[in-house]
Amino acid sequence: MADLPESCDVLIVGGGPAGLAAAARLKRLGVGAVHLLERESETGGIPRHCAHSPYGLREFGRLMSGPAFARRLTAATVAAGAYLHRQATVTALHPGGRVSLTTPEGVAEVTARAVLLATGVRETPRAPRLVGGTRPGGVLNTGALQGLVHLDGLKPFDRPLIVGTEPVAFSALLTCRQAGMRPVAMVEPAARITARAPFRAVPLALGVPVWLGTALVAIHGTERVEAVTLAAGGTCREVSVDGVVFTGGFRPENALLRASHLAVDPGTRGPQVDQYGRCSDPAYFAAGNLLRAVETAGWCWAEGRAVGRAIVAHLAGRLPPREAAQAVTVEGAGLAWVLPQRIAPPGGPPAALPRLQVRAAKVFDGDLLLGGRRHRLVARPERRMTFDLPGFGETAIRLQPR
Amino acid sequence: MPDMPHGSARFDAAVVGAGIVGCAIARRLTLLGARVAVLEKAPDILDGASKANSAILHTGFDAPVGSLEAACIREGHREYLEIRERLNLPLDRAGALVLAWTEAEEARLPELIAQSRQNGVADVEMFGRKELLDLEPALAPHVRAGFRVPRESLIDPWSAPHAYLLQALGNGATLLRDCTVTGGGFDGAEWRLETSRGPLRAGLVVNAAGLHGDRVDEMLLGTCDFRIRPRKGQFVVFDKTAARLACHILLPVPGEKTKGIVVCRTVWGNLLVGPTAEEQKDRETAALVPATLAMLRAKGAEILPALAGEEITALYAGLRPATERKEYRIRAHEGRRMITVGGIRSTGMSAALGIAVHVARLAEGLGLAPAPLVDPAWPRIENLSDGAERDWQRPGNGGILCHCELVTRREVAAALQGPLAPQTLAGLKRRTRVTMGRCQGFYCSAGLAECTKGRLAHPMVGEGDG
Ligand SMILES: Cc1cc2nc3c(=O)[nH]c(=O)nc-3n(C[C@H](O)[C@H](O)[C@H](O)COP(=O)(O)OP(=O)(O)OC[C@H]3O[C@@H](n4cnc5c(N)ncnc54)[C@H](O)[C@@H]3O)c2cc1C
Ligand SMILES: Cc1cc2nc3c(=O)[nH]c(=O)nc-3n(C[C@H](O)[C@H](O)[C@H](O)COP(=O)(O)OP(=O)(O)OC[C@H]3O[C@@H](n4cnc5c(N)ncnc54)[C@H](O)[C@@H]3O)c2cc1C
Repeated sequence: MADLPESCDVLIVGGGPAGLAAAARLKRLGVGAVHLLERESETGGIPRHCAHSPYGLREFGRLMSGPAFARRLTAATVAAGAYLHRQATVTALHPGGRVSLTTPEGVAEVTARAVLLATGVRETPRAPRLVGGTRPGGVLNTGALQGLVHLDGLKPFDRPLIVGTEPVAFSALLTCRQAGMRPVAMVEPAARITARAPFRAVPLALGVPVWLGTALVAIHGTERVEAVTLAAGGTCREVSVDGVVFTGGFRPENALLRASHLAVDPGTRGPQVDQYGRCSDPAYFAAGNLLRAVETAGWCWAEGRAVGRAIVAHLAGRLPPREAAQAVTVEGAGLAWVLPQRIAPPGGPPAALPRLQVRAAKVFDGDLLLGGRRHRLVARPERRMTFDLPGFGETAIRLQPR
Repeated sequence: MPDMPHGSARFDAAVVGAGIVGCAIARRLTLLGARVAVLEKAPDILDGASKANSAILHTGFDAPVGSLEAACIREGHREYLEIRERLNLPLDRAGALVLAWTEAEEARLPELIAQSRQNGVADVEMFGRKELLDLEPALAPHVRAGFRVPRESLIDPWSAPHAYLLQALGNGATLLRDCTVTGGGFDGAEWRLETSRGPLRAGLVVNAAGLHGDRVDEMLLGTCDFRIRPRKGQFVVFDKTAARLACHILLPVPGEKTKGIVVCRTVWGNLLVGPTAEEQKDRETAALVPATLAMLRAKGAEILPALAGEEITALYAGLRPATERKEYRIRAHEGRRMITVGGIRSTGMSAALGIAVHVARLAEGLGLAPAPLVDPAWPRIENLSDGAERDWQRPGNGGILCHCELVTRREVAAALQGPLAPQTLAGLKRRTRVTMGRCQGFYCSAGLAECTKGRLAHPMVGEGDG
């Protein structure tokens, strides 16, 4: 590994699929010194501990498990000539591309001509969900569960309750089964599962009941989880379990960002960016799930590549001015967020974020008016929706419910 | 767990309970030259009332005038300032604002200011609405008036008692954990205490059993002149970005029974809202109640509207060892060489060092002959507060383990060693802050499990505070 320089061309914060893809791309496009900082002892991001398929189809043309995918991405990035620094945690972002960090050797600073933020997403832990009861051990997110099982070979409990039905909840179910645990049930407050219908086959095949219309109210136990209180249809009952897995409720890992000078979008909770993935300080770019919760590894990988390409244009002075970018505005209620939130003037290279992504705040049935076109929109909050990128001067969106 | 290592050893004093009060008493008696044993029923210290509080180092401005409580808070606060640099303990001199939100509350301010002056806290200053909003721009604009108590401060509620006990241990005291006092008798010369780890002899017994104070008195003396009535307090803790919203500790005009709901920073740079005051019978379990937590979140946003957009990082609840009366129940039992330190309800963290001085005086009255240590050891504790120099800033730290709280592998390894090494994850969290940040273990559970393998009596899985 090369020593960390005081300055370099591009610095990448986060070695998940987005950061690794961007680093490799930048090198292949001839950029000089590209350094990637990853706070864990291995690069690869979330796939490091998602020990199941399908990964890699789009990127490497074959199906592989998360850990294999993480290794493959890392190898490709090293082969391209980028420098990877592990156990390097970025602690602060300063104007103009100056970054503070810490490593086992202590603190340091690096200034780069461009910095790419690719710190990903995590799940919502117990506290913000305001679940009652006591605080025993054995309450985890999927991410922590996967880490304990696949990185440490541990089995944190035998009969957990799985909370939530986003796709990641089914991934938690698989992780449990791989480690020989027998989840008691999956619970979901809504009347149907959040993931698409085919996911329903997973608990069915594993013999795990899915309790819809059921909310977790309280956790009981002193040292370890002993039981939970569930509420359904106005009545409560106690169920014996020895662990709780809170799944999903993804949120960008945005702590660095919120403590910085960069503008944060209140909708996505990620950085406010233009169609090049460029932040409010044009020395900073962002890619991957930090931009929004939540997309697949393949999507983030492609996004990292595309933003990498935009950074090359930035270094060559070929991006239109960020100050002149226009805000994408939304008139009428119904959307949780849009991405990108700014459109820079024309004249630059193709956009790195080639489509306008929107997410509904709640179930929405109506029309979305954008750039003189009317789109029929029947939206549910968890579904991905994309539209043609608005043109410069046409950045006002209007929503009309049916 | 090994049996009583001191089979027939005799101690000058046995302190029952390693809450903050017991830790401070153990320190004081040790510094006075006594051979002290601290007996704690839990696997770790600070497992009772001292597990969870608001972490405000009070001045005693609102204590009952002329009370023992007021005197102990005053002395405790003073000594904390005197010793904190030598022990490396944090202090955030935030100052408090007592805020009136209604006409009735505003009308009570002069009386509270007068009480403060009578308590020797004379540096209070009255403010009108506009001045308050200048001082605290994030305050809800319907605030009416208030006054500032400049010396109300914030500390680390765990590093302080850890340091007190570490200093006692460093000067010869003995700590016995997993050691429940189950009975005992006084033969006119000394006590023979029965414990879950065997018998122990002591010249003097100090009952600092907090939420079990009345039971320990009954066990050892046959009677007790107070009843513990646990009073629960729940809290909501917001993420570090919320800390910018309040410079001062924001206090309400106090009610009859409690100090009311406070909004303040923590020394680690979070913002907390709480506590509630809920009477209950259970002495062990402080359960979180979703509706109450939602109320606290709403209450916080009523005081600081911008709080509505901030993320919650943690929830917790604690139990105050309240009794049927407001005052401390501290008493020396003549002829039995025992001191009861009971009912240290809602100011014990501030008053602990002062209580310890008072107890030492009572102990002398019971015949403990002091021979103060000439050159006692002053162990330094890790200062984990926001803004203090932390291990991640130093070379050789082993790399970061807990990313949200920037806890290094070396810090965790160090905490797992020494006379006060934790046996539970909850204890490790109090000493290092691992998994106490916004992700609550999402990223670091795997790394932490690896670092603590075989080191905790209770293996590590997920969050867990008992
Ligand atoms: C529990 C969980 C399970 C998932 N399962 C799947 C799945 O099965 N399939 C799928 O397609 N997607 C899954 N996802 C979505 C996942 O977010 C994407 O697959 C993908 O990993 C996103 O890539 P990324 O590069 O944006 O972020 P990440 O993969 O999260 O990588 C971010 C990297 O940044 C590093 N980092 C963060 N902050 C700093 C800092 N301050 N300094 C240095 N480094 C830092 C992190 O350590 C991490 O390695 C899952 C997500 C979660 C949370
Ligand atoms: C919600 C809340 C907010 C508060 N806020 C503040 C504040 O801001 N500032 C402030 O100064 N104070 C505050 N306090 C008060 C403070 O926390 C208490 O006064 C203090 O913790 C009491 O400590 P203690 O040592 O008396 O009791 P405890 O901490 O309960 O200690 C007693 C110990 O004795 C042990 N024990 C019991 N029975 C036995 C036995 N038979 N054998 C052996 N060991 C035994 C227990 O396990 C326990 O560890 C607050 C309290 C609460 C609950």
